[in-house]
Amino acid sequence: MEKVISWLDARFPLTASFKAHLSEYYAPKNFNFWYFFGSLALLVLVLQIVTGIFLAMNYKPDGELAFASVEYIMRDVPYGWLIRYAHSTGASAFFIVVYMHMFRGLLYGSFRQPRELVWIFGMLIYLMLMAEAFMGYLLPWGQMSFWGAQVIINLFAAVPFVGNDLSTLIRGDFVVGDATLNRFFALHIVALPLVLVGLVAAHLIALHEVGSNNPDGVEIKKNKDPETHIPRDGIPFHPYYTVKDILGVVVFLMVFASVLFFAPEMGGYFLEANNFIPADPLKTPPHIAPVWYFTPYYAILRAVPPMLGSQFPGVVGMGVAVVIFFALPWLDKSPVKSIRYRGPKFKIALAFFVVAFVWLGILGVLPSTTLGTWIARTLSVVYFAFFLMMPFYTNPAKQGGPLGLWAFLAALIAAIGANVNMALASPIPYVTEVLFAVFVLSFIPMAMFIKGDTAKQEPERVTDK
Amino acid sequence: MNKLLFLLLALPTLAFANTALKLDHAPVNVHDHESLQRGARVFVNYCLSCHSANYMRYNRMQDIGLTEKQIKDNLLFAADKPGELMKVSMRPKEAKEWFGATPPDLTVIARSRGADYLYTYLRSFYRDDSRPTGWNNTVFDKVGMPHVLQELQGQMAPVYMTETDHEGKQHQVIERLELVKTGKLTPAEYDATVADLVNYLVWMGEPAQTQRMNIGLVVLAFLGVFFVIAFYLKKEFWKDVH
Repeated sequence: MEKVISWLDARFPLTASFKAHLSEYYAPKNFNFWYFFGSLALLVLVLQIVTGIFLAMNYKPDGELAFASVEYIMRDVPYGWLIRYAHSTGASAFFIVVYMHMFRGLLYGSFRQPRELVWIFGMLIYLMLMAEAFMGYLLPWGQMSFWGAQVIINLFAAVPFVGNDLSTLIRGDFVVGDATLNRFFALHIVALPLVLVGLVAAHLIALHEVGSNNPDGVEIKKNKDPETHIPRDGIPFHPYYTVKDILGVVVFLMVFASVLFFAPEMGGYFLEANNFIPADPLKTPPHIAPVWYFTPYYAILRAVPPMLGSQFPGVVGMGVAVVIFFALPWLDKSPVKSIRYRGPKFKIALAFFVVAFVWLGILGVLPSTTLGTWIARTLSVVYFAFFLMMPFYTNPAKQGGPLGLWAFLAALIAAIGANVNMALASPIPYVTEVLFAVFVLSFIPMAMFIKGDTAKQEPERVTDK
Repeated sequence: MNKLLFLLLALPTLAFANTALKLDHAPVNVHDHESLQRGARVFVNYCLSCHSANYMRYNRMQDIGLTEKQIKDNLLFAADKPGELMKVSMRPKEAKEWFGATPPDLTVIARSRGADYLYTYLRSFYRDDSRPTGWNNTVFDKVGMPHVLQELQGQMAPVYMTETDHEGKQHQVIERLELVKTGKLTPAEYDATVADLVNYLVWMGEPAQTQRMNIGLVVLAFLGVFFVIAFYLKKEFWKDVH
């Protein structure tokens, strides 16, 4: 064995790579619950690739055969149902894990200097994942596959001047059809997975270059043992975090298996009921809802009113809502990284953001109503306020807001005003007014965001194990 | 194209108006082989003449306790071999002429419509001479399908009541259905027959579901044991981290 390894080492950096990335990669010893989701995302990626390969062996990317081939996988392929459910459950699990992973970044400032590139690679992974999920969703060729794709591709048609050509280019036809199915299949199983795997590699290489952040947000590399040059608060990733992550993997798999084996449709959220009806271009389903992981953005899309007879503003709103995450490393001006040492303003803002994101997600699943639309508008303002006001409320040096902030607050008040008008103009039940009052009140804390946040002194070493 | 997009985005709003349907709970139990076999018989006798189940093979019914010979002797009307799919002999084009729409494939109908919907739908046909088939349905207004099970259930007629809407206008709405001509079965027997049929449709929607749940229990038991091992492994490795 040793001979084999030395033979390999003379030709390939096997031992060196193992040391650099596992046995001598020093991770902070105080990782908590939130730090499981990175390794879980990697696990789900592998699961999706492996199950995807087996699905592709039996699936037929053809408008006439696709729906039947999925049922063939479910019935006649030995354990085909297991492969298919693992893949469909895996898609939703991927987003759950990635959302938790991103939330961890927000909690502990993992996107901050020097980890900006780690964050950007991560965001690119998230974007690619959305494209991958969207294209994969077309493949079962059910009614929701077809009409979901129809709605989303039509968003591109709202782009001024080139919109129609652009959407035709994406579809490969004037309607979603066989050509669309074939190109989405190619992109879903070859192009995007390649990009995804490459980005994941870049994400990890960048991370291992700068080192992992931790719940205290302190840089463990600043405090090294003078003789060994090992961070005092660091422990080798292997074996410590490999055994710990195994524990995380087991718990994750228990949840995953519970869904896969006992509720693979997850009440219609992971597999939608209408998607068991074959795609029919002549029959529009009464309610088209995207899969749950896209619904916060879908709610924002629907919340923005059409301007000058064009839906484009809504499309821009939705796009910016996703892309704005990229700017986080430069929006956050706090002297500390972790939520543990930040003042109350960031905590309040983050809580608002989470509520807005989840609530928008719920609204995006539901059919749109007058009440829903104006709640979504208010929540959209909260969503964007979290990012756009961040340079002000996180910066302790800010005393009183600059012009831009006041302009933003004016826009906020205008948005509320518009909502009041909407609420008064339509016959809305009493509950609406109560909800609205809660909203207005919830904006009052925003006013104190004009001044910067306070921050506690970060400790020198990590505080817990 | 903008208009189309707008329409698509607005559609959900339009659809929201008529979704309030009260459905009866379907007593589904896919582990009950006898019920599934009775349901299969009703399905083959009454449904399969117009509706296909194009993704379902006859011999899959071995999973619900039937032998290949039983399937061949009792259920194989429209096919020659038990390995064949449950196709329908009626041509789709003719079907469309007769019923106004092609009868949908029923293989996964329970997964798109839900068991409760099917259970209620099959018990909600009533006489309506204004319809070409002479039948209408309280769950599916102006349905193209005639009441195929009428020889079993008999005939139902609507009992109307007056309802006032929020604008103060009065409407005649169907309060309930009443049996006006008895069929071969009593109402309780008919409900049980429909329950068997729906049970079969739910099973046919995913024949692997019983196997899936059995394997799931084994997987969870394995993970439970693995959890204990992983827990103590982690504890052992981490005891020197302070």
